[in-house]
Amino acid sequence: MTQSIIDETPLGTRAVKTHAINLAALNRAPSAKTPHEEQIALQTRDLNLFYGEKQALNSIELDIPKKRVTAFIGPSGCGKSTLLRCFNRMNDLVDDCRIKGRILLEQQDIHDRSVEVAELRRRVGMVFQKPNPFPKSIYENVAYGLRIHGVKKKRLLDETVEWALKGAALWDEVKDRLDDNALGLSGGQQQRLVIARTIAVEPEVLLLDEPASALDPISTLKIEELIYELKSKYTIVIVTHNMQQAARVSDYTAFLYMGELIEFGDTDTLFTNPQKTATEDYITGRYG
Amino acid sequence: MAATKDVYAHHISQQFNLELEEVKNHLLEMGGQVESQLSSSIQALVAADSELAQTVCLNDQQINNLEIDIDEECARILARRQPAASDLRLILGISKIITDLERIGDESKRIATRAIKLAENGQAPKGYVEVRHISETVRQMVNQSLDAFARLDVALALKVAKTDAQVDMEYATAIRELITYMMEDPRSIGRVMDIIWSLRSLERIGDHARNIAEHVIYLVQGKDVRHVSYDQMEAQVHDG
Repeated sequence: MTQSIIDETPLGTRAVKTHAINLAALNRAPSAKTPHEEQIALQTRDLNLFYGEKQALNSIELDIPKKRVTAFIGPSGCGKSTLLRCFNRMNDLVDDCRIKGRILLEQQDIHDRSVEVAELRRRVGMVFQKPNPFPKSIYENVAYGLRIHGVKKKRLLDETVEWALKGAALWDEVKDRLDDNALGLSGGQQQRLVIARTIAVEPEVLLLDEPASALDPISTLKIEELIYELKSKYTIVIVTHNMQQAARVSDYTAFLYMGELIEFGDTDTLFTNPQKTATEDYITGRYG
Repeated sequence: MAATKDVYAHHISQQFNLELEEVKNHLLEMGGQVESQLSSSIQALVAADSELAQTVCLNDQQINNLEIDIDEECARILARRQPAASDLRLILGISKIITDLERIGDESKRIATRAIKLAENGQAPKGYVEVRHISETVRQMVNQSLDAFARLDVALALKVAKTDAQVDMEYATAIRELITYMMEDPRSIGRVMDIIWSLRSLERIGDHARNIAEHVIYLVQGKDVRHVSYDQMEAQVHDG
């Protein structure tokens, strides 16, 4: 998979025409340079989240750098998946979930009335722990999102499906059987298909919720290689229980504990010389 | 020597706690043997004790073997445990410290070799006062650097690093004096040169003790203070 294939976007012009109204509503302003020399894709400002009476996230202030991989680590129940699901408003689907504070995508509040949630979820794609391809052919899995966004021309669909499958490092394995049922693929292949499906609609952000924890070690490493290649094009946020994976794959790491953001920093420093004792205890296995 | 502080204990894995405890203790054992070699080699030199010097030469092999064993232990821990943060710095630090300890062992053996030569050819007419003085300072530096490791004591490590500058100055002064003496009495050159090489070994041992101190600062604070002046080192250590 070469860099040039990832950079081509057969859907480019088409996307602008179809979504002109929604893009205007979201009003993408150019990002200013930050003091840390990184542009910022996503931000939370004093984010608090409640499931009924229980507070799951507590005053989270976070800046997710653009086109970098940020990992969320922390013990079970600390709020990392909850936080991840905030970025594409998946928590809207949870009864009794209340949010206070702001979440910004490219400096635009994602809870603003003018924001269309379906469009937000195109821009901020999500991949879950258990691969969830549709019970359709491999081709249709990738084409589905394109079709519901109005792409009808077969040639454009074919090109985009091929581009997305190449981008997900799956093309060579499936190019001769695109009409086969996706459920016949191995776990690792299914997960890469889901990633292809997600990138086909040209998101800006990929949210990965433990994308490799259901996979064997080799598939895991292939997914990690893929993440490394995808970050040149997309902002990636990954939740993982595997600390070595977070250390291998991410540029920045956020350590969460009991709903609070304890430490956020560049991965190399956090894993060799963390600032907070709580972080040190967790990553050295003293937690507990 | 006191066992290292308990900072590296309390892992959920008891096995990991034990492995770290063992590798630290092995390093301190190696340190103890190296200190003993150093003391014996100085004693052999100033007292013209060939037998003691021979023992030092023979024992050097044990030091070499310890370096190999402890390095293997470190590699196993890295492979098995993938340590992070302070645990990782501890293993990296230990791997570097044993290299400096082994070199101190080598220098001690060189001093012992010259002691044998001097005992056979007759003592050098000059230089023993300087040897005694510098060797006492350097012996203390080695002892304190190992103590700094055991107690994770950055202040003590800094003290060792500072002392090295003093040793370097005393060494330069001693060399100048001995060169002057050799010019006055060329018949003494051969034997005084042995003293000069011994002083050189002691000065090198001081450098290795300083290296150990730098590694201790790294493993405690995560700051790499190699290749900078003492003042810069102190500033880095106290800088938050």
